Amino acid sequence: MKYRTLLRHSALIAALTATGLSHAAAPAPTLEELWQVIQKQQKQIEQLKKKTQQTDAKVEATGEILEQRTADAGKASKTTIGGYGELHYNNLETGAGDDIKEIDLHRFVLYFGHEFNERTRFVSEFEIEHGGVQADGSTLDGEVEVEQAYVEFDINDQLSAKGGVFLVPAGITNETHEPPTFYGVERNPIENIIIPSTWVTGGAAIKANFANGISADFAVHSGLEVPTTGGSAFRIRSGRQKISNAVANDLAYTARVKYTGIPGLELAGTVNHQTDISQQSGDGADEATLLTAHAIWNRGPFTARALYAHWDIDGSAIKAADGDKQDGYFVEGSYKLRSDFGIFARYNDVDGVRVQDEFKQIDVGFNWWPNEDVVVKVDYMDRDNDNTSDRDVDGFNVGIGYQF
Amino acid sequence: MRLLTILLLCLTSTVMARGTYQEPASFINDVFQGSPPKAKRLWITKSLRGTVTEILGHKPSSLRIRYWGKDTQTAWVLEEIGKEKPITVGLVVRDNKIQRIKVLIFRESRGWEVRHDFFTKQFKGLALTSSQTLTKPIDGISGATLSVRALTKLSRLALYLHQQTDFSK
Repeated sequence: MKYRTLLRHSALIAALTATGLSHAAAPAPTLEELWQVIQKQQKQIEQLKKKTQQTDAKVEATGEILEQRTADAGKASKTTIGGYGELHYNNLETGAGDDIKEIDLHRFVLYFGHEFNERTRFVSEFEIEHGGVQADGSTLDGEVEVEQAYVEFDINDQLSAKGGVFLVPAGITNETHEPPTFYGVERNPIENIIIPSTWVTGGAAIKANFANGISADFAVHSGLEVPTTGGSAFRIRSGRQKISNAVANDLAYTARVKYTGIPGLELAGTVNHQTDISQQSGDGADEATLLTAHAIWNRGPFTARALYAHWDIDGSAIKAADGDKQDGYFVEGSYKLRSDFGIFARYNDVDGVRVQDEFKQIDVGFNWWPNEDVVVKVDYMDRDNDNTSDRDVDGFNVGIGYQF
Repeated sequence: MRLLTILLLCLTSTVMARGTYQEPASFINDVFQGSPPKAKRLWITKSLRGTVTEILGHKPSSLRIRYWGKDTQTAWVLEEIGKEKPITVGLVVRDNKIQRIKVLIFRESRGWEVRHDFFTKQFKGLALTSSQTLTKPIDGISGATLSVRALTKLSRLALYLHQQTDFSK
């Protein structure tokens, strides 16, 4: 009984508050009328609650459908496209007094990949260098080539095999050479003259990854076809065959072991054996072995890189030309002053076979990443030729590169 | 014959999806010792969208993100593309610090090193600065730059999202 009285009084107060002073002059509602108002409001609250629940359910369903569609779209995209490129400006002066002032679209590369199923995929890299070529191959100083086109199979979780055109697993930049990943407008000269990057080959390879951060690669592939006459005689870089009806009289073998078991550290060594580096017997350039080793150590903003590569080539003619031992090394230190800006210095010493391929070179400069996939590079280079000061080169380079 | 059997076992062990190291449900189960709480959903509303976009470097692909929370701990299963394929990562945040990070599914053909403990253990104990970066730099892996970047982004994202839940108090 007390509760009923209290309720009625509360209802009366609530009604007076709700109706306000403007209604003060109106006749007071009866208790029965107030009770009906309260019941009506209660009903409205229940309806609103139900509506809110329905709205929540609708939003939930919409979210689920949208997420499902996003997930389905992700699954459907089995073919992927990517790429990278770099434009260079070189402003150099040679010891002979010649100026080299050039702007060059050094590389324009597109990747196309396709996943046939979870264990089988296709990887390709299509490259246009130095702006391309004319239809008859003249005028433009460029190349159009397939740098990678292979099918890879996962044998199990640790082991994969691939067949096709792929990059030789040697050195630092041959496999990873997107411009934002390294310092300097031009790649280091050791991985140009001694390791002929980008070094493409055709064949088959197997790769094993182990849980302790060790990986091993073994490949059987087309060999080099180094010329034995002319201005580029015994020059390793001129022996790349581009997998265009590549002579395969004498195959080559590559083995690499890499350790990345400590964050920031990479140690790797490669042995490449050419059964005949000129693909012709009796021409004085026979079996050859390349040994490379490199280390990368990254700690916070500091990174150190060092690489050594050495060719040992059998044959009387190549020995007479003083090309039977060709080697080089570089050491590089870099420091990121900010997450988007870093400076570097590199010392290179290379001993190739041609007069112009024997020099010491210092590079210093900076990289600025306006976006993590875009880089602007500026560097100064000073090349001191071992044979003649006419072949000395110094000057600066500017470049812009990207990857996606 | 025994050698052949071993070889066949080796070749047929591919029934496991490529690079699936732990199913997401199993990870969540492990985190909560076999009795995970009911999953909650955090909506990426307009107020969160800007920071999430800044952390990922692109707009989020999902309207809401599922998570599991208990006391001051939340667990997340997040995905981010390394080079071409999404990497699925399980993350646990406790007291606003990374407690655990594990690559659950790795689909890329390069950068596989990021799934190993020797790499992921450097995330443990890291928190978020006021500018949404990690309190310590992560040492990268040469040749796995994009995978390292993906894991770093996801750890920042998990820490930020944790702050938006009732479990961050």
